[in-house]
Amino acid sequence: MTAQKKLVMIGNGMAGVRAIEEILDANPTMFDITIFGAEKHPNYNRILLSPVLAGEMSIADITLNDEHWYSDNGITLHLDKTVEQIQRGYKKVITEDGTQSEYDQLIIATGSSPFMIPIPGTDKEGVITFRNIDDCNVMVETAKQYKRAAVIGGGLLGLEAAKGLINLGMEVTVVHDQSTLMNMQLDEVAGEMLRISLQAQGMDLRLATLTTAVLGKERVTGLLFADGTTLDCDLLVMAAGIRPNKALAEASGLYCNRGIIVNDHMQTVTDPSVYAVGECTEHRGVTYGLVAPLFEQARILAYQITGQGLKSYEGSVVSTKLKVSGVDVFSAGDFKGSPESDVIEYLDRAGGTYKKLVLEDNRIAGTVMFGDTVDGPNFVHMMQGNKDISAQRSSLLFGGSVLGDTGHSGVDMASAMAADTIVCGCNGITKQTIVDAIVKEGCMTRKEVTLYTKAAGSCGGCSGLVDQILASVLGATIDVATQDEPICDCTDLTHEQVKLEIKNQQLTRVRRVMDELGWKGEGCHICRPAINYYIGMIWPLKAEDERSSRVVNEKLHANIQKDGTFSVIPRIHGGETTADDLIRIGEVARKYDVPTVKITGGQRISLFGVKKEDLVNVWRDLDMPSGFAYGKALRTVKTCVGSKWCRFGTQDSTSMGIDLEKEFERMWSPAKVKLAVSGCPRNCAEASIKDLGVVGVKGGWEIYVGGNGGVKVRAGDLLCMLETDDEVMQVTKAYLQYYRETARHNERTARWLERIGPETIKQDIVHDLDLRRALVERMDFYLTTLTTDPWRDCIADEARPVEMRRFKEYTPIDIPVTAANA
Amino acid sequence: MSSDVNQEATVKWHSICAVQEIPQLGARTVRTGVMEVALFRLSDDRIMAVDNQCPHQQGPLAEGIVSGATVICPLHARKINLQSGAVLPPDSGRVNTYPVKVENGQVLLRL
Ligand code: SRM
Ligand SMILES: Cc1cc2nc3c(=O)[nH]c(=O)nc-3n(C[C@H](O)[C@H](O)[C@H](O)COP(=O)(O)OP(=O)(O)OC[C@H]3O[C@@H](n4cnc5c(N)ncnc54)[C@H](O)[C@@H]3O)c2cc1C
Ligand code: SF4
Ligand code: FES
Repeated sequence: MTAQKKLVMIGNGMAGVRAIEEILDANPTMFDITIFGAEKHPNYNRILLSPVLAGEMSIADITLNDEHWYSDNGITLHLDKTVEQIQRGYKKVITEDGTQSEYDQLIIATGSSPFMIPIPGTDKEGVITFRNIDDCNVMVETAKQYKRAAVIGGGLLGLEAAKGLINLGMEVTVVHDQSTLMNMQLDEVAGEMLRISLQAQGMDLRLATLTTAVLGKERVTGLLFADGTTLDCDLLVMAAGIRPNKALAEASGLYCNRGIIVNDHMQTVTDPSVYAVGECTEHRGVTYGLVAPLFEQARILAYQITGQGLKSYEGSVVSTKLKVSGVDVFSAGDFKGSPESDVIEYLDRAGGTYKKLVLEDNRIAGTVMFGDTVDGPNFVHMMQGNKDISAQRSSLLFGGSVLGDTGHSGVDMASAMAADTIVCGCNGITKQTIVDAIVKEGCMTRKEVTLYTKAAGSCGGCSGLVDQILASVLGATIDVATQDEPICDCTDLTHEQVKLEIKNQQLTRVRRVMDELGWKGEGCHICRPAINYYIGMIWPLKAEDERSSRVVNEKLHANIQKDGTFSVIPRIHGGETTADDLIRIGEVARKYDVPTVKITGGQRISLFGVKKEDLVNVWRDLDMPSGFAYGKALRTVKTCVGSKWCRFGTQDSTSMGIDLEKEFERMWSPAKVKLAVSGCPRNCAEASIKDLGVVGVKGGWEIYVGGNGGVKVRAGDLLCMLETDDEVMQVTKAYLQYYRETARHNERTARWLERIGPETIKQDIVHDLDLRRALVERMDFYLTTLTTDPWRDCIADEARPVEMRRFKEYTPIDIPVTAANA
Repeated sequence: MSSDVNQEATVKWHSICAVQEIPQLGARTVRTGVMEVALFRLSDDRIMAVDNQCPHQQGPLAEGIVSGATVICPLHARKINLQSGAVLPPDSGRVNTYPVKVENGQVLLRL
């Protein structure tokens, strides 16, 4: 192995980790990477803290790189460790707690800190900033105890914080020293429209108000303003801007001004082995506070550090979107202009729409928009392309929307957009890249597009546009909301995609599926059992059932318990047993010292607490088939006594139940399947909360489907009424096979039915007789492949010589006691 | 030198079974009377040994799904690195690991 160079990064935030991702993309083995982060969390999407504050997203939702990502990429991660010193002479960094790390190359990505305005009292309890997860937690906790909050700063961050606090139930006043909200991003007209809109949403605003002191003893109780008035509050969020974190760099002798000064290759100008990226840097006199330029910096840094030739960072044009719900604002470039500027404007105050373009030499120099912002990315595109717009002057502000607005302006807009228009500003992703991901990579959902391209993965502001592009490429029929997620973290593919590939490529082994479909690693307890099931369902004859891809219960054919012992539940068809079976169960329980013998909720008997090494012997002595109480398989068919004994019984429910159980026992399915048969509508077998329930009525049977009595109770839907016992069998076969083929692994019928729609199912297996026949045929064929009982297989296996046994795990290996630890 | 000899007296290599007697991507339990060790066979036939007890609630690790050099506990799906014994984030904890070698197809475990 060639010696890897040591790369250390200080700061585990958005820009830094993006740079590492770009480096790994360019050359995954070049560096031995160590990252120090002052926060307790792995890299998360700081931009989405507001939804977390509003309770709409969890920390897990906004995590960008979880710990596995770091370990999978061989990165040493030190969380909750603040670097205190950079010793450039020794090329090492030292943390507060003395941890040291040497580097060949160093990246500083320390971000920035909120700025505390220099007034007395900001050290009081209840004065906080809005920068990280801890801040969110403080706000959430405060909102539980206190009523009134003030936010200083009417910029992007302040307004997001205010909105979040309102959602948490607090009364919020935003205090802003300027007379225009978001004055860095909006002109007076747009600022005023924003003010009206926010006030309508319940936000109290105090503009052109200078705060001079924070009042209160230990905890903040209010604010004092320059005009002598005051405001009561129990929480103060300071959102008056940010300052680059440069102190650490400065102390090590790196040249800093407002931020750490870097050249066009993101190297510090002082020390070529030290790079800096993100909000902590100053490039050509500019510091940035939005991710788009920082991600661009990250890419340039990766180019440089991996020796891929010289690409330069030349600064960025930034555009802003406000994420506060219900308000669309957009701005970019020199949107204010000067009194002499050439300006095109459209203003509809009452309708809440404002668009303005500042032109220079017939080219767009800046734009600000309120209300209708769909054309924002187009304008930025023209601005960056330095496009002469004289010819379009009169129609420009009516942009994409004039191209046949028939109520689907968004979709038209997406298709009318030029291929190289930036759709995702944060990540610099063009429409072309997204279209390629859809067409060439087969991305079908926004989530897949994000995985492939990163579009919509940061602030999410372009999610709608990505959906529209998806719709325009895939055809408007696709319902983006019902699209599905990948099976698990080991793959980007959905259940349906994997099933399709197993079929198309005739894959019959789990390992092959993972190899062919580009799995990450060797799979996990979620995907491997799923793949194993799909193979068995699609290729009932050719499939090689892979025991190592079954979870313990299905591998050992017994349910594991909290103490590592197992339960044994033999089949008792329809809950009807015999004296002989009962005696044998009793004898076995006594012989093997079974601690608990219990009647289960499924009308059968369970032996709890059987030791693993006794399992095979217990099964042999019981001499009954496995009840599959451990599997995603047919479980019980619950019955009532029915017409055989009951004075109300209209049908022989017990026999029907026994027949059904005998027909489908040993059937594997996406999740467990429970049936029941009641002899009359009194429904003593609880057929209405089963995966399929049969209820006897005079002259026939009612079939109920999609019931569940578990975590989320669901009463089954009436599927149909049938006259003969044979029809009940046929419809049950068709229904179960339909479920086996179309459900996702681990999806019970209740959820599946809601996803597919009861009407579809009704149409396909009740009314479409051809389809029903085909399903029955496939089920019948599948059932013929299920010839052996797993317990009997194990018993037979035990009779073979040791080296020929297939199921070795049941027997522990005993070796002599050692004195080692005694 | 002498301390080495002393250690040899208490800690030694035990011959366990042939490699083939452990299912690939599976495990066997080894009991000594005082403890239980899980012996795993990875997809590349490397053998690894850890205590057969998850640090969370003593789940029998030998029954877990094996993926790479990781086993996923059968009870609550904590992931344990078999090489280091570390429970993978977001959970934490550690199990003891034991040296294993294979000689002439026979698995030897040092306890
Ligand atoms: C043994 C039994 C309880 C009893 O003592 O009666 C039982 C025991 C377990 N149930 Fe159950 N369920 C038992 C009847 C039920 C029933 C009632 C029924 O089948 O009529 C239900 C509600 C009906 C339903 O499923 O719709 C039921 C709903 C669940 C659920 C929730 C399923 C759901 O879709 O919401 C789980 C959790 C799961 O499957 O993920 C569960 C999971 C479990 C597990 C397997 C938990 C586990 O993973 O270890 C339990 C195994 C204990 C063990 O050591 O073997 N058990 N479980 C019953 C076995 C019946 C049988 O003879 O096979
Ligand atoms: C609530 C909120 C909303 C936002 N919304 C948007 C938006 O809509 N669009 C947009 O483009 N941008 C938005 N931003 C800004 C965006 O999050 C930042 O520009 C981006 O996170 C900066 O990345 P960075 O890596 O430079 O800094 P950070 O992400 O802050 O990462 C720096 C990390 O370094 C750590 N660190 C600092 N010093 C040390 C040290 N000595 N040792 C170890 N670790 C250290 C810090 O703890 C921090 O975790 C928002 C920010 C916030 C707070
Ligand atoms: S309800 Fe079912 S899963 Fe819950 S403790 Fe009882 S047996 Fe176990
Ligand atoms: S016992 Fe292992 S995860 Fe709970």
